[in-house]
Amino acid sequence: MSGPELALVVSVFLACAVEAVEALTIVLAVGTTRSWPSSLYGCGAATLALATLIAALGPALTHLPVNTLRLVVGGLLLSFGLQWLRKSVLRASGLKALHDEDAAFASGSAAARAAGERAVAGIDAYAFAVSFKGVLLEGLEVAVIVLTFGANQHRIPLAAAAAGAAIAVVALAGLAARAPLARVPENTMKFAVGVMLTSFGTFWGTQGAGSSWPGDDAALLAIIPGVALASLAMVLWLRRAPLATTAVEEPA
Amino acid sequence: MSRLLETARGVWEFVVGDDWITAAGIVAALGLTAVIADTGTVAWWVMPPAVLALLALSLRRAAR
Repeated sequence: MSGPELALVVSVFLACAVEAVEALTIVLAVGTTRSWPSSLYGCGAATLALATLIAALGPALTHLPVNTLRLVVGGLLLSFGLQWLRKSVLRASGLKALHDEDAAFASGSAAARAAGERAVAGIDAYAFAVSFKGVLLEGLEVAVIVLTFGANQHRIPLAAAAAGAAIAVVALAGLAARAPLARVPENTMKFAVGVMLTSFGTFWGTQGAGSSWPGDDAALLAIIPGVALASLAMVLWLRRAPLATTAVEEPA
Repeated sequence: MSRLLETARGVWEFVVGDDWITAAGIVAALGLTAVIADTGTVAWWVMPPAVLALLALSLRRAAR
């Protein structure tokens, strides 16, 4: 496996694992309080929708001219990567509360208990809809990451396999724990994903804009640590800067 | 029409998020890279500092 392929697998696996942990909390909340079959049907339907999206768009993307693909992929990865990095740096510096899976589970469970009963063909409509929407929204960004990373290296099956492996690991861990995976170091994983997305976005965006890197792929060996170190420096800067406000929990 | 606008808003929020200034900065930096590269000049040096500056400015805005 080449360096860029390894980076692809690590990035997609971590991104998918983080989003799967958050989706698992939603599926568990409606499953335990409402109906397990309906919650799992919703989860399965959303996973199928995401897989269909990847299967439908993947081949089309790989037929785009290489520079156009790199420019679009670079721009998208930079947009996503900087959003992930910003949130994780703010959380690491204490300016934003860490995402709390136990609290998300409690609020999801309370909302599920308060919702009215409505069954369609024996399926709890609320449990199905909440589970479907939760998995679809958490998974959409991962689907785009799978498509962009995979298409650019012509390795969509590899990216999809990394995403599938992450889903399997999180699902098995959830099955074993029968509780939200609150001890997963989500912010550290988000930081790592943010660094990878931002680095590859910078690399491919520049190539797509018509410029080449000194050393070609080897330039990533400088870009990735550079982005990571600069981001860590920003955590320190924010911890010391007199800007501190109360940490507020926001949606992940 | 309202459904079209809703879809457009969803796509905007998905791609741009809650910081349009950073997204605009990414487009501007990629555009500048393309312009410089088009003249035959080396342009790889544009994006790394631009990206880090965009992140720092975004953090500064969020921390205020």
